[in-house]
Amino acid sequence: MTIHQPIEIHAPAPADHPPRRLINPEALISAILALMALSALSGLFIITAFIFKEGVPIIAKVGIRRFIFSSDWYPLEGAFGIFPMIVGSLAVTAGAMVIGVIFGLGCAILLTQFCPPRLVSIIKPSIELLAGIPSVVYGFIGVAILVPFIRDHLGGPGLSVLASSIVLGVMTLPTITSISVDALQSVPKSYIEGAIALGATQWQTTHMVTLKAARSGIVAAVILGMGRAVGETMAVIMVAGNTIDIPHSILDPVRTLTSNIALEMSYAAGDHRKALFATGVTLFVIIMSLNTIALAVSRRRTGKVYAK
Amino acid sequence: MLLSPKRSQFLAVSVMWLLAALTLGVLVFIIGFILVQGLPHLTWTFLSESPRSMGREGGILPMIVGTLWVAGLAVLIAGPIGVATAIYLTEYTREGRFTAIIRFGADCLAGIPSIIFGLFGFVFFVITLGMGLSVLSGALTLALMVLPTIVRTSEEAIRAVPKSYRDVSFGLGSTRWQMVTWVVLRCALPGIGTGIVLALGRSISETAAVMLTAGSALGFPRSIYESSRTLALHFYILSREGISMTNAYATASALIIAILAINLFAYWLMRRFVAKVA
Repeated sequence: MTIHQPIEIHAPAPADHPPRRLINPEALISAILALMALSALSGLFIITAFIFKEGVPIIAKVGIRRFIFSSDWYPLEGAFGIFPMIVGSLAVTAGAMVIGVIFGLGCAILLTQFCPPRLVSIIKPSIELLAGIPSVVYGFIGVAILVPFIRDHLGGPGLSVLASSIVLGVMTLPTITSISVDALQSVPKSYIEGAIALGATQWQTTHMVTLKAARSGIVAAVILGMGRAVGETMAVIMVAGNTIDIPHSILDPVRTLTSNIALEMSYAAGDHRKALFATGVTLFVIIMSLNTIALAVSRRRTGKVYAK
Repeated sequence: MLLSPKRSQFLAVSVMWLLAALTLGVLVFIIGFILVQGLPHLTWTFLSESPRSMGREGGILPMIVGTLWVAGLAVLIAGPIGVATAIYLTEYTREGRFTAIIRFGADCLAGIPSIIFGLFGFVFFVITLGMGLSVLSGALTLALMVLPTIVRTSEEAIRAVPKSYRDVSFGLGSTRWQMVTWVVLRCALPGIGTGIVLALGRSISETAAVMLTAGSALGFPRSIYESSRTLALHFYILSREGISMTNAYATASALIIAILAINLFAYWLMRRFVAKVA
């Protein structure tokens, strides 16, 4: 990375040249820009501070083990255990990943390896559009189509882990696809040419060489998709059923961490509200761990590419 | 191996085409379903009237206005900050610890779920700063949420401007700021515009964060200090509480049409940008 130094050209100053200003305007601009550049970071900092400030005291009061591992959520009686919600979030996320990874990765491989460019220019923007559809619309379609279908054909109340997984799978697909596409495209051409030269078919090249070389990028894509699934709120509220119970089958209803917050925030007060912030803290910790893993994995990849 | 390499390739590629076709099918189905059910009810009176009896009757004009206020203000706040960040990262500093920290901050912010933004906005803007459930609280919360998108796309757009343009500008004796404003930004504008338009789309479709910060008042927001219900939230409330399915569908089609228009516009801008710098 080179930095472009301005080439200073000093024209001979005219006689009535204005006196040299005290502050170099360029330095001032640079300082202002640096200050504005810090706003994302300070936003992150202040969000973390406030969520933790509101949530941590109640976790300390209840005891972290009871808060996380107890199944009793009776906010009005002061019993705050979010274990069923944690299980719920993990269950719907796992289900979403099955769908999101199969479809998302399938689309990414197709787009980068097998699809004619003309079709790429249709399929890729369409998948991006899928990411733009509001989550309430996904939830609504889930309730209107998917939930009755599951209720009629598979049994159970319909509002279930399965319904949420399918909806979340579709919602995380664009994330997984677009990051995987980047990863697959950054595989050096020479790897692929080498494999083809050795007589491999295009598909053999793809699954033996390209996918292996892009592995860390794809892993990062899946982890980021997981983060999206854990954090999604409105769609899940609409299709998950929201009962506070540990699900025993994929046809059982669940409540996730996110829906717990969104459902009860409007009327919560006192310790109850604080406990919802504590739910937020739990969610925050899960998401941040996932993001950190994804960042670390993708950084390893860039390191490898530079080493080549 | 049971299958010949040729056969297995055929099988794998067919499966992937099937997956892609299903994915596109889902997209078409979602849009088609909402529009088929909603468009017949999406009349001019529906768009230009206020809702009556909690939205059971009447239209959605206040929600359209509220959405424009909240989302527009959010982008108005996040846009300049995001572009400034991108300019700083690309033109005013070299890669190092400081840029790594700024990027880390933006990446983390991008991963935070909207409900956490909502919780934060509620405790910080609504309560601590005393803004109440209002257009301003909602807009500030959304601004934080879309900031990383704007930074990322602006940075990519600015980086795509050829280095030679900068050299020529410097060669003609411009200062760095003159080079940035007259050459780089002018050239990167459609690319930056794409990011901002997409951020607008995201603000319009957001529900969870808006619910906790902008509130759900049904009337017109007379100022940015008043609560206002956005289209997405109105749709959620109508359908979830079973107030009126026809009005829910009509609201959803208005929302979907807006999102489609925004995405098409962003796509068009992006193509223009690619054609310009390539």
